[in-house]
Amino acid sequence: MFLLRRLLQAIPVLLVTAFLSFAAFRFIGDPVQSMLGQDATAADRAELMAALGLDQPFPVQFWNFIVNVLHGDFGFSTRIGQPVLGLILDRLPATLELAVLSFVVALALGMILGVTTALKPQSWISRTVMAGSLIGVSLPNFLIGIGLIYVFSVQLGWLPAFGRGETVQIGWWSTGLLTVSGWKAILLPAISLSLFQVTLILRLVRAEMTEVLHSDHIRFARARGLPDRMVNFRYALKNTLVPVITVSGLQLGSIIAFAVVTETVFQWPGIGLLFINSVNFSDVPIMATYLLLTAVLFVVINLIVDLLYYLFDPRLRVKAAGR
Amino acid sequence: MTELLSIEDLAVEFPSRHGTVTAVEGVSLTIGAGEILGVVGESGAGKSTIGAAITGLLQAPGRIARGTIRLSGEVIDATDTLAMRRLRGARVSTIFQDPLTSLNPLFTIEQQLVDTILTHRPMTRAEARAEAVRQLEAVGIPDPAHRVKNWPHEFSGGMRQRAVIALALCSEPELVIADEPTTALDVSVQAQILDLIRKLAQERGIGVMLVTHDMGVIAQVTDRVAVMKDGRLVELGQTEQVLTRPEHPYSRDLISVVPRADVKLKRFPVAGLGQGADKALEWLSGGSTRREASDRPLVELLDVRQVYGGRSGLFKRAEGFTALTDITLRIAEGEVLGLAGESGSGKSTMARILAGLTAPTSGEMLFDGQAVYDHGRMRHPDIRRQIQMVFQDPYSSLNPRMSVGDILAEPMLHHALVANRRAAQPVVEELLSAVGLPVDAARRYPHAFSGGQRQRISVARALASRPRFLICDEPTSALDVSIQAQILNLMKDLQERLGLTILFISHDLPVVRQMCDRIAVLKSGQLAEVAETETLFTAPQAAYTRDLISLIPAMTHARPSETLHG
Amino acid sequence: MSTPSKPSLWARFRASDLGHAFLRSPGAMIAFGLLVLIMLAALFAPLIAPQDLRDATSFDLMDGFTPPFSANEFTGNFYLLGTDDQGRDMLSAVLFGLRASLIVGICAVALSALIGVTLGLIAGYAGGRVDAVIMRAADVQLAIPGILVALLIFGLTRSLLPTGLRDAMAIYVVILAIGLSDWVSYARTVRSAAMVEMRREYIQAAIMMGRPPRAILRRHLLPNVARPIFVIATINFALAVIAESTLSYLGAGLPPTQPSLGTLIRIGQQFLFSGEWWLLFFPGCVLLVLALSINLLGDWLRDTLNPRAVK
Repeated sequence: MFLLRRLLQAIPVLLVTAFLSFAAFRFIGDPVQSMLGQDATAADRAELMAALGLDQPFPVQFWNFIVNVLHGDFGFSTRIGQPVLGLILDRLPATLELAVLSFVVALALGMILGVTTALKPQSWISRTVMAGSLIGVSLPNFLIGIGLIYVFSVQLGWLPAFGRGETVQIGWWSTGLLTVSGWKAILLPAISLSLFQVTLILRLVRAEMTEVLHSDHIRFARARGLPDRMVNFRYALKNTLVPVITVSGLQLGSIIAFAVVTETVFQWPGIGLLFINSVNFSDVPIMATYLLLTAVLFVVINLIVDLLYYLFDPRLRVKAAGR
Repeated sequence: MTELLSIEDLAVEFPSRHGTVTAVEGVSLTIGAGEILGVVGESGAGKSTIGAAITGLLQAPGRIARGTIRLSGEVIDATDTLAMRRLRGARVSTIFQDPLTSLNPLFTIEQQLVDTILTHRPMTRAEARAEAVRQLEAVGIPDPAHRVKNWPHEFSGGMRQRAVIALALCSEPELVIADEPTTALDVSVQAQILDLIRKLAQERGIGVMLVTHDMGVIAQVTDRVAVMKDGRLVELGQTEQVLTRPEHPYSRDLISVVPRADVKLKRFPVAGLGQGADKALEWLSGGSTRREASDRPLVELLDVRQVYGGRSGLFKRAEGFTALTDITLRIAEGEVLGLAGESGSGKSTMARILAGLTAPTSGEMLFDGQAVYDHGRMRHPDIRRQIQMVFQDPYSSLNPRMSVGDILAEPMLHHALVANRRAAQPVVEELLSAVGLPVDAARRYPHAFSGGQRQRISVARALASRPRFLICDEPTSALDVSIQAQILNLMKDLQERLGLTILFISHDLPVVRQMCDRIAVLKSGQLAEVAETETLFTAPQAAYTRDLISLIPAMTHARPSETLHG
Repeated sequence: MSTPSKPSLWARFRASDLGHAFLRSPGAMIAFGLLVLIMLAALFAPLIAPQDLRDATSFDLMDGFTPPFSANEFTGNFYLLGTDDQGRDMLSAVLFGLRASLIVGICAVALSALIGVTLGLIAGYAGGRVDAVIMRAADVQLAIPGILVALLIFGLTRSLLPTGLRDAMAIYVVILAIGLSDWVSYARTVRSAAMVEMRREYIQAAIMMGRPPRAILRRHLLPNVARPIFVIATINFALAVIAESTLSYLGAGLPPTQPSLGTLIRIGQQFLFSGEWWLLFFPGCVLLVLALSINLLGDWLRDTLNPRAVK
């Protein structure tokens, strides 16, 4: 019931993004002209307009657009002249592998460092970590990438500066995680992409945990003589995780967004690179599809977050029934 | 009686950038097995700090400056963190004030009990589970075998405090420190919890240090009482002796300002109106069309019903929660009407309707014969001016970003009672002195004032629009008793001088008795009884009123054995 | 107020908690000093920069690729931070780039704060349906990360603008793109802070007084939710500067004719492999120092204004 409600709430979000994508398709640039070229006749135009359904009333066009999208038809790229869906599907695995790997690294490191700094805020480790995290949030993603390339590729020559290395095809999915060169290639981009997220998660975990450690129920647990290990890692940590889960979900989305930057720095052949090229060449269909795709990804991530939240916090189960 | 805890010459300090603050100074006391020692005092007296010092849980940067603490004759070294950890729970347990936040919301009652039992007692997990059920049963939770699986949020406030007590006692400690254990609870629940503590202490021979600000709690449950003032112990003696024949002047003062349920006083033996009140009162009574007290009611509620949240949704019809049912109430001009009831009885809802903040779902409110609400909104600005409110929490009722002068001038300017801010200044100063504050208070901001002073400002703001009807929503429940007495005196004096009509809302029946001409008792959104104050206390008609009155902790010391009936 | 004599601003600052904490925190003072220095450098860039970059006659191709701290081997001209392939002075480029980055950052923060605070206040005050609509809009906005929104806005506006105007309008487009992508954090924070304040009794008192909503919003609500706005604005200022440089780095920001720090880094990266490291190093350093000092200040501000979070 709770999930159903959340699903229903996601629909307007998707519809709005779909509408924005559609509006971009329809009104920005002239798809007909870009498909036919400069020297097309008026008759050619009219014929293509009819074929594309552009002569129909607006709501009908929107409806057709949605139907097309649901059938996997996202139109043609105006720059490359191929179906958008194919272009994106080819590049999706590269981006997802990069994003998921970075996310796992960021979450693990962020949690460990966050808990450490919350438990012993005065120790030199915590001070170093906190100072480092400040530099972390101040370093733009692309500067980290360039720095890593300069050190490990240009100076040391250990790791490749660009590309994905050898890939293995499994069905339609091409993976770089089964070859040594693939792992070498993903290392620098993954580090550069996760560094900023580590600092965010670490700071969040630290703040939440510090607050939980000062709460009445933790003081009461200590007053009952429960061992520190149990109080810190069983009682306090679980309370810390609830808000961390939500934000971590959002972070996965922002990792996918920042993949655009990292992919540009490392010339990583993912959808981010495709997108940035489309922005520079005003390739609207790819931009619109990318927008729609990210929105769908986001909704899915949020649903998973809600589900986790629901499993974690017993209070929500009651509220959800009442809301 | 064997001596369980003995404290000798304890001093606790809090170093800070403004110098060292001594929170506790030279305190010596003892607690015997099975004995309940009350530690009483006003806020800042250092009473909670003693408990924290015993368990080694002083908030940083507090430290024990000197003194010895002995538990069963053995000296406790609070600086030895390892020894303190072994002591905590096993020998000394703590019960905190707020049962809502004392339980970890993400663990079931069973998990929390079992973890605690396994930490302190050599048992298998299965035995610990059975023990957890027994412990819940011992604190009087019905159907403990099932309830033990519940999450904390599935328990009511009183049950949570029972669970907290079970958690504190399941490790079989010798000493329990209970820090304001019933302050967050309703009176009826409070009585039950106090009885429970009494019973468990006697049965298991546990020594209890009961820290409280409430003389009623002291009278009801303690054997001996220690009176604290500014970190020092001013009097220590048998509860009955301290209550009836206090030796120290401060104890006498403290007891004299506690509102008594059994007698109605003319006023408390403390100050009321401030200096130079006359000029302000002149301004306050000017310009209004006040008539002499008449029989015609100033405020009327007619068949008022209030339903919250009820609406017909897309998929289902949501049943609303009925906060008030068929309330008809008349308040005469110049009358002080008390409104009593426990939390959730609808007091606040009624206050909001009377204040013009929320229109009732059905029924009508009349002010001076005029309908107040028109299509769910309060229309008439002049009615709005004439109804004012003194709020409960002096720490949230003043805008922290406005100077006191601006706060007081705002209503005058809004209702155009003065020409401009400059013209308002003398009136602001008169008002301030009338409520007993210095005139230079106008330049300062609310954070510079104590709770009692803020409540005076709050009263002055309510008066600044020259109201005829004043709603006081628990105006003293956040204050210490001696401050409470001053504020009550002030309101009484102002009421008499200005002929104000007051609705006085409180959960504290003795306070209501001191203040009011008539009392309305609210229960579950319905009026249980409306009667003259003295009639209500001497011959209550409704069974609910009788229960409420019987639950008031009497200021005469009840022998512990007599309170044992549960 | 009719106060007889007000103490000087400096005396009041020193007496306030904020001032007290500031004078006791070397980190905050250093960060503040650096920031003031950077701001002044950017403000007076046209006066202190050795070259006027808008004037193509002021630099010489012969001076191209002069390393920093040394004279050009052909012309003998000295450039403190070296020159690029065109012979442009890097010091001037960095100063003007800084100026562009700061202008975009400040304007974008002001724009998003204006939108976010207004919407957040309204949502927190009105509640109910208005609140639901605004927060739903925030959800939709949040469903797409800021940098993507900025890129999309940039891409879409560009395809709407005629080619000739694109470079000239770029700075406005970037401000719009970053400003519009960032309002949610203000709106959410202000809304929740406003909801907390709305439950406080002084707001009830103002309502009882019959004060109109506008007066309550402005006189009572806004001053009491101002603290978190300052904290967010400081942190978002750093984020906006970084976002601008990222956009420019991606080629979706300020054009090479009107370079910001990000544009300079983008150009510099092309020469990184051939050894002209200074083209990237100096703009990168300035960007890092700028972001770091803002963040240091923002962090300190957050900890000081919200003591609950530190302890």
